[in-house]
Amino acid sequence: MNWLTEYLQSIPAPLQIGFGALFALLVSGSVLAVVLPRIKPNKWDDLKPRMQSWWVMCGLLVGALLLGWQAFTILFTYISYIALKEYLTLAPTRREDRGVVLFAYLMVLVSYGAIWIDNYMFFLLVIPVYVFIASAVMMALTKRTDGFLATSGILQWGLIVCVFNLGHVAFLMRTPAAEVPMAGAAGLVFFLIFVTQFNDMSQYMWGKIFGRHKISPNISPNKTWEGALGGFVTTGILFVVLAPYFTPLTFWPSVWIGATLPVLGFFGDITMSAIKRDLGVKDTSQLIPGHGGALDRLDSLMFTAPWYFHMLAYFALERF
Amino acid sequence: MKQLLRQIIQIFLARPVARLLIGMDVIGREHLPTKGPAIVAANHNSHIDTLILLSLFSSRVLPNVRPVGAADHFLRTRTLSWISRNIIGMIPIHRKNAGSGEDLLADCKTAMAEGKILVIFPEGTRGEAEEMEDFKTGVARLAEQFPDAPVVPVYIQGAGRVMPRGSKLLVPFNCTAVIGEPIKWTDQGGSEKYTFMKNLKTTIEELSEGAPPMQWD
Repeated sequence: MNWLTEYLQSIPAPLQIGFGALFALLVSGSVLAVVLPRIKPNKWDDLKPRMQSWWVMCGLLVGALLLGWQAFTILFTYISYIALKEYLTLAPTRREDRGVVLFAYLMVLVSYGAIWIDNYMFFLLVIPVYVFIASAVMMALTKRTDGFLATSGILQWGLIVCVFNLGHVAFLMRTPAAEVPMAGAAGLVFFLIFVTQFNDMSQYMWGKIFGRHKISPNISPNKTWEGALGGFVTTGILFVVLAPYFTPLTFWPSVWIGATLPVLGFFGDITMSAIKRDLGVKDTSQLIPGHGGALDRLDSLMFTAPWYFHMLAYFALERF
Repeated sequence: MKQLLRQIIQIFLARPVARLLIGMDVIGREHLPTKGPAIVAANHNSHIDTLILLSLFSSRVLPNVRPVGAADHFLRTRTLSWISRNIIGMIPIHRKNAGSGEDLLADCKTAMAEGKILVIFPEGTRGEAEEMEDFKTGVARLAEQFPDAPVVPVYIQGAGRVMPRGSKLLVPFNCTAVIGEPIKWTDQGGSEKYTFMKNLKTTIEELSEGAPPMQWD
């Protein structure tokens, strides 16, 4: 067992504690998932599948973080593909667009290929500029003009949020270790995902307890000002307190990101809600039992990831 | 040996393609038969339909599942014929011989008597993508012979978009399978074959309302 002890000690201390805390949360959640349905039947029935899915998602994430950037890039390539496919399944497309859709899937590989070969400029340009041009040209060549603008816009939207925005999470894993001595690149990524999910949850809790005034009744009826503001403040404080352990940010930049990141998460959430309203669905699929589809789970991360990335790049990281 | 090869390919190739590459939502999984004789009847738009239906069954049940397909299509060449029979486990129907007095369903009946689960597309053809044709009466004739065998209606959505008739290009989109409650010949009070098929078609059409909205034209 020597190698195991040595391996565990090689994980940076903040990550050890972070993974430990995550484990404790999962265990207590699972205990509640067994206890609560017995106390109040029917009310907590969906907690059990929900917790089981959390175990799987956290297991995949922690496993990929520990294995390194290669495994993490592969995991996120697949996550982006799943998200894009889910989006294009629900969004209106035309018969003639099947070829362009296949092209879009292949561009997931190209975008993550840029991460694999560590080419930042290529990553920044390929989806927003060149896939934009190529997909529009391919659609124009199908000769069907009705619905051209709508469909090419729909495809672009999906590529940006599912591939370009999410790709930032994987690219963070390529941060040189020397720039992040606290917890390594894995620490940066773990912190982003943890804060984003924590934000979702604390908004939900604040809303449940104090929620009165609805923000946008026709998009997301459960969202209240009390929930959002309570969540922003809680997440912001958590961010500023933990940032020194996971990121190279100094105090004032961490205050700025702590104040803005939760708002971005909230916007990602309500934007996806608006899309779901538009398409007439409640969940984007049933991929994750108890949660819904991949997009339902990733909605906030799609907006927080690029913001966190570029703010880190501006304030702290030499590499980007 | 062939049986083992079939199982390995179905479990390690066909199922990952259906679940991980294409993506499946299943509604009403509890209605799926776990033992034969039984019939699974679904709408038919694509070759992917068979793949989707096979991927629904557990590894334990899978060896007992036999899709029914058109001989004139699946026995065209020797290779295709070998794959259809041995890997897909298909029971071929010589639909061209209809009306010649030959019992087209003889092989299906034998399989049912052996306790197999048949997968049948009552439309008899794939037809236009995401549209349903009229049902043939084969399922009713089998149900009449095995009045206690459950006929499980399944509505498949999206397969015609993944691979429409005439296309060789597979473009992944999530598909949904809505599985309804089993219908039995006996429960229908020994009704007439056309009524049975009409009911089956209505049931599958009703199941389609359980699938998410799909905007594709």
